[in-house]
Amino acid sequence: MTPLQTLPEWAATAPAIVLALTGLALLLIDTIDPDSTNNGLLAGTATLGALAAGGIAGWFLINGTGMESTGGAISLYGDALVVDGMSLFFTLIFTSVAAMVTVASYDYLADEAHQGEFYSLVIFATTGMTLMGMSNSLATVFISLELASLPSYALVAFLKKDRGSIEAGLKYFLIGALSSAVFAFGISLVFAVTGSLVLPEVAASLAEGTELVGVLGLGVLMIAGGFAFKTASVPFHFWAPEAYEGAPAPVSAFLSSASKAAGFAVAFRVFTVAFPLETVTAVGGGSVDWSLLFAVLAVVTMTLGNFAAATQNNVKRMLAYSSIGHAGYALIGLAAITTDGGAANGDVLGASMAHLFVYGFMNTGAFLFIAMVEKWGLGRTFEDYNGIASKAPIAASAMTVFMFSLAGLPPFGGFFSKYALFESAIGSGFWWLAAVGAVNSALSLFYYSRVVKAMWIEEPSKPLEIGSQPVGLYVAIIFAAVGTVLLLPGFQPVIETAQTVAAALF
Amino acid sequence: MIIEALIAVTFLAALVTFVLPNRYAGKAAFALSLAPVVGSLYMWQQYDASGNALLGGNIAFETDVAWLQLGQYDIHWMVGVDGISMPLVVLTTILTTLAIVSAWTPISERQSQFFGLMLLMEANLLGVFTALDFFVWFIFWEAVLLPMYFLIGVWGGPRRKYAAIKFFVYTNIASLVMFIGFISLVFGLGDSISSFRLPEIAQALQAGQLGSFAGLSAGALASVAFVAMFFGFAVKVPVAPLHTWLPDAHVEAPTPVSVMLAGVLLKMGTYALLRFNFTMLPETARAFALPIALLAVASVIYGALLALAQQDLKRIVAYSSVSSMGYVILGLIAYTTYGVGGATFQMVAHGLISGLMFMAVGVIYNTTHTRMVSDMSGIADRMPVTAGIFVAGAFGYMGLPLMAGFAAEFFIFKGAFESTVMEAMPLFTGAAMFGIVIVAGYLLFAMQRTLFGPFRFDGDYDITEAPFHDVAPLAVLLLLTIVLGVSPDIFFTMIQDAVNPILELGGAF
Repeated sequence: MTPLQTLPEWAATAPAIVLALTGLALLLIDTIDPDSTNNGLLAGTATLGALAAGGIAGWFLINGTGMESTGGAISLYGDALVVDGMSLFFTLIFTSVAAMVTVASYDYLADEAHQGEFYSLVIFATTGMTLMGMSNSLATVFISLELASLPSYALVAFLKKDRGSIEAGLKYFLIGALSSAVFAFGISLVFAVTGSLVLPEVAASLAEGTELVGVLGLGVLMIAGGFAFKTASVPFHFWAPEAYEGAPAPVSAFLSSASKAAGFAVAFRVFTVAFPLETVTAVGGGSVDWSLLFAVLAVVTMTLGNFAAATQNNVKRMLAYSSIGHAGYALIGLAAITTDGGAANGDVLGASMAHLFVYGFMNTGAFLFIAMVEKWGLGRTFEDYNGIASKAPIAASAMTVFMFSLAGLPPFGGFFSKYALFESAIGSGFWWLAAVGAVNSALSLFYYSRVVKAMWIEEPSKPLEIGSQPVGLYVAIIFAAVGTVLLLPGFQPVIETAQTVAAALF
Repeated sequence: MIIEALIAVTFLAALVTFVLPNRYAGKAAFALSLAPVVGSLYMWQQYDASGNALLGGNIAFETDVAWLQLGQYDIHWMVGVDGISMPLVVLTTILTTLAIVSAWTPISERQSQFFGLMLLMEANLLGVFTALDFFVWFIFWEAVLLPMYFLIGVWGGPRRKYAAIKFFVYTNIASLVMFIGFISLVFGLGDSISSFRLPEIAQALQAGQLGSFAGLSAGALASVAFVAMFFGFAVKVPVAPLHTWLPDAHVEAPTPVSVMLAGVLLKMGTYALLRFNFTMLPETARAFALPIALLAVASVIYGALLALAQQDLKRIVAYSSVSSMGYVILGLIAYTTYGVGGATFQMVAHGLISGLMFMAVGVIYNTTHTRMVSDMSGIADRMPVTAGIFVAGAFGYMGLPLMAGFAAEFFIFKGAFESTVMEAMPLFTGAAMFGIVIVAGYLLFAMQRTLFGPFRFDGDYDITEAPFHDVAPLAVLLLLTIVLGVSPDIFFTMIQDAVNPILELGGAF
């Protein structure tokens, strides 16, 4: 018995609807009283909306909506959207990150103008990401991707009087526009070959064979490029350090956790549903092997992200590069897919999704800690972090949890998610990919532990003044830290759900 | 459930201590740490295991529930104790409580964090010694490092940053190598096991289920895994030449942290060597008997010679730990009931005695604010009780009969002489015994110069007898050392019971 047997099918999109309505409600509140500085009402509405959407997604997941136990994926609007376990799983990631970010923004934005716009942009971007997870046609993929991207450009440039923020917004927008164009061109090439935009129909058309292998290959490559932009992977990664560093820290948290996960959500679906590996390799005689492409990208992305992160003096920029490194780990989910993988394909893709889930907590928490330090006005370099633990031990403990978890150290959630990822890569026969990942992961401890060392062990170079104790930021950071710790004993439901819903794609 | 309760109570004690005001943290931590002491003594009293936990023996206080299904192998929450781990659990709880008391004087800032971290470390140590699933064990094993890193880095001496980072990097690299070695062993077992439970893995290995993995044959895989794990644990022990992090960590760490480091953390390494290398891969261990015995003797002699050359009392005790751990390795590789049993007994005995020595040095330092042998002489005039216990402890270290150190070393030498792993074993044993002479040399020399002779002190501090709460932990440790020395059977019977199944594997019993 599921709730949807009595509800119409479109009710399966309830998380997206709730988010969209929340965004409109925020605009309404802002219209009624545009000069209000009632930040609490706006932040509260946005957070409640995100939590409600996440709650519905979680409830659907538990009840098996769109999953095999209740009759499989729910296809809507002429196959333009699909609600299945994977879209719900990713919705859970987006909404939990959005909720943490909006709670934290309550303090971060306290003195800024245009707060109503800020929260509604965050919520509309989240709506776009949720739709990205549901997209089942290249047209909806493109539209939802733009719906997620356009608010993001504005959010990065939100601090209108801050040169860094404006510069970051412009860079982000220019590269985003370029990659959108490349992506749209790729879609048109695929349409030229297959005559369809709906993902399963693209696959069906490809299965019948085509002579336009070169065009198909170029199209697939360009689409992959579009995803590389969204996930901040090599070769379209270079916007990320600029945008994350210049943007307001809660926006950096939002982009590096939720927006990246959205890119992966849509990439996972497009490549496994529209271009199943066994079909495209059969068509192209092995020349359109995107698994190999992603394997190369994964290795280059994680290595580049790691080494660049190790050379930074600015904590925010270090985290930006670490975020590129983590995109490399998540790419293993696509790289380790094989034509005869069977259950192993679902396992490795699911492990990648589970890693993104854990990453959503630990990375958001880390950026929100930076938001807190910015709020205190302490600066951004490692030296500026010296001795923070003596003034704010609870926040510093949380940051320590995030750093060690990002490095993959037990006893935190990041340990199991990385282990699951590497173990499933070995299970698919990609032990060298797992080895590169493990070595990178070990090296990453170097720069993550620098933050910990600065906070706890170093003496502050100048007297440390911590003014306020921002409540919202504390709530968000402690929530993220507790989540990161609890995901160690509670990893079982996450990995089980992720691998089950991922297996349904194959 | 008592093990879970023990760990949970210790975690809770840590959390409570973290939020207490600094003024009360030390006293409260002491009171709270009595709970695990009582718990572990109750466990010891109710203890009813037989045989080795990994080799099909009867496990005491066992819990085994499925936790994670991750790929091919499940992860279980499996804990329990046998004759090898039970004494170490008791050692951990008692030593932590005494170390907390000894920290009252020297720790004067951020007390609640300090004592909270001590208790947090105790909780994880209890996990290390009771876990019987590889992942559970590994999580606790790594989780011990984090409090230690902060304890050295925040409250340490002038070069604490360097020492903390060196400790952290050395032990983390070691953990990674060990992890890869063990995991490749598990993958080599293929479908013959279904989980990471250590008993299951050990028994599958004994049944000869090891296959090939990553292009290595079963024999080569066993060798590679053995070497990787040995390297990983040898850093922790530490075995020369991987010991260089130890003196830095010890010298920079505050005294109570040194006590924990020497008393319990080093035993993690030898305990893991016994559990993993020597129980799971006995044939491979025998094949590597010559290099391992060489390393053991090198640690004994080199560690002792280094101690001889030091001017800093704490460095002397630190290097002598390297020497004592060499005896443990020698006993393990002997593969006789007295050798392996004696090595396990030495873990406990050395835990008590090295704790005693570090504390005694710490008490002297609290008063004199120097540890340099050349800065003082005739301290016994002004601090007769402390000096008396120091002398007694030093004699325990030298192996005075009727003290725990004597029993441990006697067992090890007896076992090593009886060993049949290789012809030259008595030769190595003889060489290692020479270490005792050097130990006696440097300890007597150091005591003669600092404690005895006419009083002289190059400093501005008033030298008077230490307060009661500084001396009391020393007296307790001395008492325990004597009790264990007079009747080693308190622990040795259960140790032998757990050790003998290991020896039966190789047929050398």
